Amino acid sequence: MLAKRIIPCLDIKNGRTVKGVNFLGLRDAGDPVELAVRYSEEGADELVFLDITATNEKRKTLIELVREISRNITIPFTVGGGIKAVDEIGDLLTAGADKVSLNSAIVVNPDLISESASRFGSQCVVAALDARYRPESPADAPEWHIFTKSGTFDTGLDALAWAREVTERGAGEILLTSMDKDGTKSGYDIPLLRAVSAAVSLPLIASGGAGTIAHCIEAITEGTADAVLAASIFHFKEIEIPELKQQMKAAGIPVRI
Amino acid sequence: MISIVDYRAGNTASVSNALKRLGADFRITNSIEELEASSGIIFPGVGHAQAAMKALKENGLDDWLRETPLPVLGICLGMQLLFEHSVEGDTDCLGLFPGKLLRFNDQSAKVPHMGWNTFDEIEEGHPLMQGITRDDYFYYVHSFYAPPAAQTIGSCSYAGVTFTSVAAEGNKMGVQFHPEKSGDAGARLLANFINLTR
Repeated sequence: MLAKRIIPCLDIKNGRTVKGVNFLGLRDAGDPVELAVRYSEEGADELVFLDITATNEKRKTLIELVREISRNITIPFTVGGGIKAVDEIGDLLTAGADKVSLNSAIVVNPDLISESASRFGSQCVVAALDARYRPESPADAPEWHIFTKSGTFDTGLDALAWAREVTERGAGEILLTSMDKDGTKSGYDIPLLRAVSAAVSLPLIASGGAGTIAHCIEAITEGTADAVLAASIFHFKEIEIPELKQQMKAAGIPVRI
Repeated sequence: MISIVDYRAGNTASVSNALKRLGADFRITNSIEELEASSGIIFPGVGHAQAAMKALKENGLDDWLRETPLPVLGICLGMQLLFEHSVEGDTDCLGLFPGKLLRFNDQSAKVPHMGWNTFDEIEEGHPLMQGITRDDYFYYVHSFYAPPAAQTIGSCSYAGVTFTSVAAEGNKMGVQFHPEKSGDAGARLLANFINLTR
């Protein structure tokens, strides 16, 4: 049976792993290659590397880092952060990335999804959606907007409509981050996950809010996510992946052990 | 010397890294002369079936792959192209194995089939499957699948259908998953293929 995936996310700045609370107050959590190898050995199913400074500071994701990661791990990994052009995607894939995650650039230029999907295949195109709840929306019909620029800019796009559009344009997977939950460790945004999962038929990665093992289980059983992504709880060993997988298994979730 | 076929439709970096880790002697090439001088061929593939077949034909690699007596391992789209036809772009493939590639129904499950999955059944006696069990996880990412055929030596299920996960007949072999991305189990399968080229 297809296993649900555990995906540590390594936010990268200046070649080092960092994790901020609501994207502010960055802390250094180690060397990305070293962490990647450790996660791979501990049973992580995939890894995501996000150059979180890329969009604001126009920094290109380091190709050499991707090469180094690819040489050292035997599980799939995604690279994101500031990617704007089809050629950049080609360079990252050639360097050994399995997928690229596209965020701000596809809001500005949605054709980037279709162009990269037709050139490299949908399987390597991850649409990253940063969504924030609209408190003014009706309680029985909640709405979320898509934010870009590290969560600072409201695009005005409805999250569900945008999820449908990226699907139609050829994305192969959705990485959905709740801007309300990110960094809070208060649990994934279950209503948001359920809404996006119901709106589209792409694999869905839950992101933002993981604090406990129960949160990860809930994202899958209640949120109907296919994978759970988290950063600091793994980096600072608040949750160990083998223990997380054992508990997921005990909860009846198929996992790779 | 193993050759990884480079036809602009395969991600050769991951496969070459996996072969490096296994200490295998390999090169990446699209030259038929170099392919001929190899002990085995790895034929990766990502992207669209039609674009991949077109790229193969430009180099005459389609005929060469059909006819070579060398051990060939197709990976992902590389495996799919060993079959007769794909509904992806209504594409005629290499036709080495009978059958038509179909698309998973996205009404019944999320498509692509993405992630780690086990086998329904495997032919444990096949040299490619030495030391691999039904419960080993391999990493998949695909929207199209080959229905089971006489050549199927490993099967898997998703979206309510059983499909070919591993196919083999004579020197032609293919895997729907990515052994180069499948941890220790994937390394084992690649090592098995390398042994077949000796």
